Amino acid sequence: MSETPNETLTGAQITVRLLERQGVRLVTGYPGGAILPIYDALGQSTAIRHVLARHEQGAGFIAQGMARVSGEVAVCMASSGPGATNLLTAIADAKLDSIPLVAITGQVPKAMIGTDAFQEVDTYGLSVPITKHNFLVSSTEELLDVIPRAFAIAASGRPGPVLIDIPKDVQSRTIEVAEWPAPGQRVMPAPADGMALAEAASLIAAAKRPLLYLGGGVIHAGASELALELAEISTLPTVMTLMALGAMPVDHPLSLGMLGMHGAPYTNLALDECDLLIAVGARFDDRATGKVAAFCPQAKIIHIDIDAAELDKIKTAHVGIVADVAEALTRLLPLLPENPRAEWNARIDALKAAHPQPLPGVNDPRSHFGLIRAVAACLDDDAIVATDVGQHQMWAAQAYPLRRPRQWLTSGGLGTMGFGVPAAIGAALAAPERTVVCFTGDGSILMNIQELVTAAEQRANVKIVLMNNAVLGLVHQQQTLFYGQRLFASEFQSMPDFVAAARALGIAAVDLDQAANPCAALADAFARPGPCLIHAGIDAEQKVYPMVPPGAANRDMIGAQA
Amino acid sequence: MNAINRNENQALSRAVLEIDVANHPGVMSHVVGLFSRRAYNVEGILCLPVGDGRQSRIWLLVNEDQRLPQMIRQVEKLEDVNAVRRHHADHAVFTDLEAFFQA
Repeated sequence: MSETPNETLTGAQITVRLLERQGVRLVTGYPGGAILPIYDALGQSTAIRHVLARHEQGAGFIAQGMARVSGEVAVCMASSGPGATNLLTAIADAKLDSIPLVAITGQVPKAMIGTDAFQEVDTYGLSVPITKHNFLVSSTEELLDVIPRAFAIAASGRPGPVLIDIPKDVQSRTIEVAEWPAPGQRVMPAPADGMALAEAASLIAAAKRPLLYLGGGVIHAGASELALELAEISTLPTVMTLMALGAMPVDHPLSLGMLGMHGAPYTNLALDECDLLIAVGARFDDRATGKVAAFCPQAKIIHIDIDAAELDKIKTAHVGIVADVAEALTRLLPLLPENPRAEWNARIDALKAAHPQPLPGVNDPRSHFGLIRAVAACLDDDAIVATDVGQHQMWAAQAYPLRRPRQWLTSGGLGTMGFGVPAAIGAALAAPERTVVCFTGDGSILMNIQELVTAAEQRANVKIVLMNNAVLGLVHQQQTLFYGQRLFASEFQSMPDFVAAARALGIAAVDLDQAANPCAALADAFARPGPCLIHAGIDAEQKVYPMVPPGAANRDMIGAQA
Repeated sequence: MNAINRNENQALSRAVLEIDVANHPGVMSHVVGLFSRRAYNVEGILCLPVGDGRQSRIWLLVNEDQRLPQMIRQVEKLEDVNAVRRHHADHAVFTDLEAFFQA
């Protein structure tokens, strides 16, 4: 197996060689004292390109953008102490959204661990609850086992982040390497239980008002085509979670779009009436279900997921299937007869007509929905859409015509403001042939605005659409609706000049508020390659509607009237 | 609490988990962390190496609770956990230790 028997290499060189052998061609990170041996070795690599972020959290989200677009394990690096703690938010975000990452952190030398050494923090202990698995490497030899294993763990089963903490002396020590381990690969889970699949098929055949409920697992498994086939063969109206948007084109006749707290009125009302819910790669998140006891109250449940711990966690399934959803759907499809379900689909059409998604101002590019649609009009389905977290994120989820898997990058589970800009940069690095648009807000962008410098340095093709209403929109909305209109700490008293700030950080910027023709100004901005900030003022009184109040049943929506 | 009361209490409301794990410094915090983050008290812990020392066995005494099946599934997901077995609270592993835990 080895190219040159008995090479003498440092732990740092071994780490870099193992990354190369793993097929890694792009890593992102931020150096510091305790990871300098690895950076020294990385600088000698001709195979791996390193993208320098401007904050470790930015590096973590750049790696996430790469992983979300490609589906492959992405790598980020940071030094010990504050470098590692700055990575944690991006790692926790990857855990909740099941994104495969390998995070490599430097640690103080083994002999100094536990002495409160300079830039020492218990990275291993801090990362236990937010990683799928983590390692503190105690010898240089161990790297040969740990690094391939980390990639296998990150990619196998339900994907997730793996952290490898490497003390500086482990990086510096030289050992002889006689043989290289095989790269870590995704291990396929056991196949779906055939009896359970047959039972699921008969439940689907017998159901009068079934609904298909797709989650992010469908995207991760590459099972969107199969899910579409399932929906079409059995004529199943289909809802998607925030994480699954793009699994089915939103304008497909069977699509009911996103469900839950900010789902369309007809979507949540249809769920109320269904007699069978087929959950695929979904985890019954509280933002999707609302009050659980009132979620699909009449429905039997088929639940297919790769993670056994998700079955019966929130809702008890009548048929639970633990499997890779692509494998399970491949075997379920031939068991299903075609079924037109004319009556149920007529009912769905009536719900759609009677209870549409309110889209005020959708034809006015100076309004929130109109701006999102005007951006979409500049792009085709090859474009990637990233978001930050807030009102702009929900409006984009409601109004952007998402049509393909891995088109939509958003922080779902953790809801991390500051996700958008670095994730969009990562997406542009992983897919340089595509245009990446990032919808952000005046709150979110300030949480990682330093990464605009990274975007400029990399000439990343990201178009950042900043929807500026000078308030913390979702907080403002909740204070208005549920806290007696007592607005506190949600209105920014001081606003930076974002257009000037973007230019100062090295990227082009355009202010739509100053443009005579905003659609022409948008088209112009999208036509130029490279990063650009597009600033647009938004009315602070606009709400994300409909809204299910926290803890309420999904049928009890506020603002559902068009 | 005297021993009889303790046993009765255990029989009514407790369970013993037997967990086979890889033996290394982080494994205990992985396992008990799943309980502590859910504010799920672990009443008793025992852990010793088995065989050649590459594996350990952790015994946990925990309250019976509707969350226990989910806890077991979460423990089973841990990379370092090979197997989880559930026993009744009267399992000898903790009852035989009573003498060491007299007030």
